[in-house]
Amino acid sequence: MGKTLFDKIWEEHIVKEIEAGPSVLYIDRHYIHEVTSPQAFRLLEEKNIPVFRPQQVWATADHNIPTLDQHLPIKDLLSAQQVQLLSENCERHNIRLAGIGHPFNGIVHVIGPELGLTRPGMTIVCGDSHTSTHGAFGCIAFGIGTSEVGMVLATQCLLQHKPRMMRIQIDGILQKGVLAKDIILYLIAQLSVNGATGYFIEFAGETIRNLSMEARMTICNMSIEMGARGGLIAPDTTTFNYLQNRELLSEAEWQQHLPSWQKLYSDEDAFFDCELYIQAEEIPPMITYGTNPGMGLAVDKAVPLSKDIAPSARADYSNALAYMGLREGQVMTGLPVEYVFIGSCTNARIEDLRVVANFIRGKKKAGHVTAWIVPGSRQVAEQAEKEGLDTILQEAGFQLRQPGCSACLAMNDDKVPEGKYCVSTSNRNFEGRQGINARTILASPLTAAAAAITGYICDAREFL
Amino acid sequence: MNDKRLIQITSTAVPLPAEHIDTDQIIPARFLKATSREGFGNNLFRDWRYLADGSLNTDFVLNQELYSGKILVAGKNFGCGSSREHAAWAIKDYGFDVVISSFFADIFCNNALNNFLLPLVIEEELLQVLFQAIQERPTLCLEIDIAQTLLQIKELDISVTFQMNNYKKDCFLNGYDDLAYLLSIKNEIEQYEIERRP
Ligand code: SF4
Repeated sequence: MGKTLFDKIWEEHIVKEIEAGPSVLYIDRHYIHEVTSPQAFRLLEEKNIPVFRPQQVWATADHNIPTLDQHLPIKDLLSAQQVQLLSENCERHNIRLAGIGHPFNGIVHVIGPELGLTRPGMTIVCGDSHTSTHGAFGCIAFGIGTSEVGMVLATQCLLQHKPRMMRIQIDGILQKGVLAKDIILYLIAQLSVNGATGYFIEFAGETIRNLSMEARMTICNMSIEMGARGGLIAPDTTTFNYLQNRELLSEAEWQQHLPSWQKLYSDEDAFFDCELYIQAEEIPPMITYGTNPGMGLAVDKAVPLSKDIAPSARADYSNALAYMGLREGQVMTGLPVEYVFIGSCTNARIEDLRVVANFIRGKKKAGHVTAWIVPGSRQVAEQAEKEGLDTILQEAGFQLRQPGCSACLAMNDDKVPEGKYCVSTSNRNFEGRQGINARTILASPLTAAAAAITGYICDAREFL
Repeated sequence: MNDKRLIQITSTAVPLPAEHIDTDQIIPARFLKATSREGFGNNLFRDWRYLADGSLNTDFVLNQELYSGKILVAGKNFGCGSSREHAAWAIKDYGFDVVISSFFADIFCNNALNNFLLPLVIEEELLQVLFQAIQERPTLCLEIDIAQTLLQIKELDISVTFQMNNYKKDCFLNGYDDLAYLLSIKNEIEQYEIERRP
């Protein structure tokens, strides 16, 4: 029997197996950030344990940093302390840090790939659930907790059980106005937020192969929102081309790795525990109406009726509608929104900024809308400037901020006020995620841009 | 060193039937700025425990004197969302040793185990029975024996075994953690690195 892509990478990284227990998995690359690392370093120091392989670790400050005036000291005392502690820990343990103001600074899942640190066939972890993003390069990449961050710092290994494998194959041509974000929101709505728990997902098929690396990252990024441990995509020419000429991956290294990267695919007779087929044409532009990413629907459809919801899910459904201030059967288009957030590790790459800029070129945002656009990294911001996107955005009345996680989790000042609607390109619409009682509507950058211009939820296809 | 072992738990339970409780509800992001592991219990389920004006939400189960104990019983897919281990710290710090549900999100499950907080999985049907029984009789006593991986509720005549691999069982019974194990095999890790290098 053949092997899946996942099997191939997994087997290569097994140090040993514990009888009737987990396997010891070797980790190639470890990304850390200010929020989930301090307690791990503290534990190591209490026990006098050194960092085992500091050269395999990269750090960035992204989660709680401000997105305005980054050259000034951070005003929030606790955030400042956390960021300071990260610098101290990195310095003490010889870990490279792309801190605030560093030309490589940005959201951890944006900078890893763009610098060429994320490479096919690697095992990658980070104390952040959206580490699954890196799977787009054909990696086993997943999020871990702080205790595990400590284990990887101390031993470069983790104890893991092999997950089951699911393959989602998508073939066909996407409708006009349908982006990668719509694909993944559609899948989550189909499978529900726990439909893939215990699985690792390989995304395959013609539609996936035709996607850019940015789009593939968007899909792998949110694969975990259906409960999966992670998602991955077999590397191909698109992947290899993307990786050429990256800041931290030399041409010589690229040449050296290429032959082994080309062997990374699932064999034809590989076994998957579960397989799903989707036709690309059936995927519409999506938005969410509820308080988890599975509560999604086609942008031009109405909120489902209570009677159509499974009895066990009805309580959650009514709570979600109450929180969101929506009624059953309500049509979503036409709903006025006060905020638009374009950012996060899901949709803050250069391609996302281009989609937004192209749509809003020559237009103005609606008067009552506050529109934030937060690039995923310094490099994305610089590229946007080079292409003149910053001017387009500013002329349309968008606030172009400095890189960071920002309103994706609202740890800094970028919070959506109580009761306000925010169309957001981020990945979670949980209660309070973007601010206490803030109402998040997840969407693609295109749908978000259209909402900023019209001031209400609309089907962007009508303007294309 | 404080004793982390968890062997037997006999306690009443607190019911929280909502499904898909995500870690942003368990501990909102604005409380993640701390740099130590302690004290998160105060902010456990913060936005459900307190109303917007800062007053206690008496409708929320943790604020009802009727219910107490070391066991939290919650709806399916508990702990989904962010990987923040602060969620497990908050639950443990508040005083729970066990969370029972019909299933847990993966990362939360690992985080809980690494903090000697037992994520105990039971069938959905039994979970519903349990919710109803606790709500009818808040003094209902649950007994959990980790060595035998057994959950017993004598008053209901329930006795079921639960899944826990031998390795983790040993960890709980002896207070060992994964870090100690990994450090003990460092030679093998170094050997692996040498062999893998081309
Ligand atoms: S952008 Fe949001 S989801 Fe991504 S790493 Fe930052 S906080 Fe996490």
